[in-house]
Amino acid sequence: MKIIVLVKQVPDSTEIRVDKVTGTLIRAGVPSIINPDDLAGVEEALKIKETTPDVKVTVVSMGPPQAKDMLKELYARGVDECVLISDRAFAGADTCATSSTLAAAIEKIGYDFIIAGRQAIDGDTAQVGPQTAERLNIPQVTYVDQFIKVTEDKLTVRKSLEETEEIIEVKLPCLLTTLSGMNTPRYMNCNDIVDSFSKEVKVMTFADLDIPKEKVGLAGSPTKVHKTFTKDVTAETETYDLPAEEAAKLIAKTLKEKQIITK
Amino acid sequence: MDFMLTEQHKMMKKLFVEFAEKDVKPLAAEIDEEERFPRENVEKMRECKMLGIPYPRKYGGAGADYLSYILAVEEISKKCGTTGVVLSAHTSLGTWPIFQFGTEEQKEKYLPDLCTGKKLAAFGLTEPNAGTDAAGQQTTAVKDGDDYILNGTKIFITNAGEADVYIIFAMTDKTKGTHGISAFIVEKGMPGFSIGLHEKKLGIRGSATSELIFNNVRLSKDHLLGQEGKGFKIAMMTLDGGRIGIAAQALGIAQGAIDEVVPYVKSRKQFGRAISKFQNTQFQLADMQVKVDAARLLVYQAAMAKENGLPYSYYAAEAKLFASEVAMEVTTKAIQLMGGYGYTRDYPVERMFRDAKITEIYEGTSEVQRMVVSGQMLK
Repeated sequence: MKIIVLVKQVPDSTEIRVDKVTGTLIRAGVPSIINPDDLAGVEEALKIKETTPDVKVTVVSMGPPQAKDMLKELYARGVDECVLISDRAFAGADTCATSSTLAAAIEKIGYDFIIAGRQAIDGDTAQVGPQTAERLNIPQVTYVDQFIKVTEDKLTVRKSLEETEEIIEVKLPCLLTTLSGMNTPRYMNCNDIVDSFSKEVKVMTFADLDIPKEKVGLAGSPTKVHKTFTKDVTAETETYDLPAEEAAKLIAKTLKEKQIITK
Repeated sequence: MDFMLTEQHKMMKKLFVEFAEKDVKPLAAEIDEEERFPRENVEKMRECKMLGIPYPRKYGGAGADYLSYILAVEEISKKCGTTGVVLSAHTSLGTWPIFQFGTEEQKEKYLPDLCTGKKLAAFGLTEPNAGTDAAGQQTTAVKDGDDYILNGTKIFITNAGEADVYIIFAMTDKTKGTHGISAFIVEKGMPGFSIGLHEKKLGIRGSATSELIFNNVRLSKDHLLGQEGKGFKIAMMTLDGGRIGIAAQALGIAQGAIDEVVPYVKSRKQFGRAISKFQNTQFQLADMQVKVDAARLLVYQAAMAKENGLPYSYYAAEAKLFASEVAMEVTTKAIQLMGGYGYTRDYPVERMFRDAKITEIYEGTSEVQRMVVSGQMLK
């Protein structure tokens, strides 16, 4: 069984810096991490690999060449194969062009099912996973927080909604989006760290994919960013110095007034 | 400054830093307070394959180098000296002698379980009357046919009771002095082997430190490690390597104290400004960090010498002597900079201060390290 997990390298900061002219993210100088929702997906795939025979976990990422370091860290967590889709032609892609590119690569790699993180902490669109499923013309289940059963031809998963949960059975091939917090991603381990230095991150370029040029990169991106900015915090702050019990009562009262909680 | 570190070391370090921050740090005060062995941390280290870092893959190790292991001890000790010594005693003192001096059968029997962390190891040399004077061993192993009968008591043994495999030194021929000492592999649960008094200590209070009692323990000749009469040499060589681990523990404790004190002095206000604005604070911090950085160079140098097959006894002694005394000095200053708060258990520096002291004592006191260093200079 081949599981593909889509991962994105994201800046390790809630204060993301944006180029005011181009409206794109400034990556230089910002430490990068693996997007948390994606890492949860990697962990689920590795758990399935541990309990199911003949599972191969392939991680696929689209990004600049330095994303290789992140992928090496996934080798160090125990994934079987890492593929980086990287080419200048893909630069400036919005979610539409990104999902087209990913789908073209995924077709080449082959899969039984795909796991994508719900959304990236930088763009926060939650679009790439669902769009990729549409382009591959396969069913999708979003907001998955538990894999209940994995068989050769179908999956049983739990979909987490705000007020409720749904148990869904879905035929393979399919795509699922996962939520951080559904598991505790494993650490890297010393053996796999050593081995990661003898494993190659496979790079796929534009030339490796069957996709027209106008579907990728800036050319394939209908979204135009007009303005991006860091929102200023404008809310007024009130400070109280109270014993814990009174403080708790005050917090509850205020949250009720603002209708954030009901009881 | 990490010019000695390869990309692989950096990735290892990233793992150790993350593990130390997420798992080791939150437990450190609790295991100290409760004097409780950090089993959770050992289990996590097992999962991360950290219990056999410098040993070959064929024996269940990670197949990494000695410096990778030293980085693990350093990073873990920044948050918890106890967990640092559990790893160090297991890897350097318990596992290494089997790897270095064991027969192929002994290696195949013991190393896979030790390197994968299924079992823990310990080392028993010290006795009530044989500390720095390790040659004064009173534990005996008397031949009985093909077997040996082991009798005696070891004290202050790290990982005692928690470990499954013990490297034990005993006199096989009292007439030959140090040449009459032999090394044995003793397993937990062997008839006649029991764990005695559990020590209550100043620091590293979560580390299991106990007596080992041998009462007519019968050991087949398969349990003899190396040749009969070579035990003293095995012990000394093992301690040479172990010292690098303890030096890394001391280094970690010292840096850990600085890491605590820097944010504190920035936020603590006296006389209307942060105490970091006072030149006394600045000069103290500079002196502390310079010494810790110097200690780090000595520790990494010793690790690289060992890794590269060079004589490392001298480098290990230098590293342990300097790093342990720096740890004591730096943790003392850290408490002073934090004043009354530093003295309380609300902050971790008082624990670090208590943990630092043992690094000047075990696996060769500072005085022994001075003997080794000057001995090389004057020979």
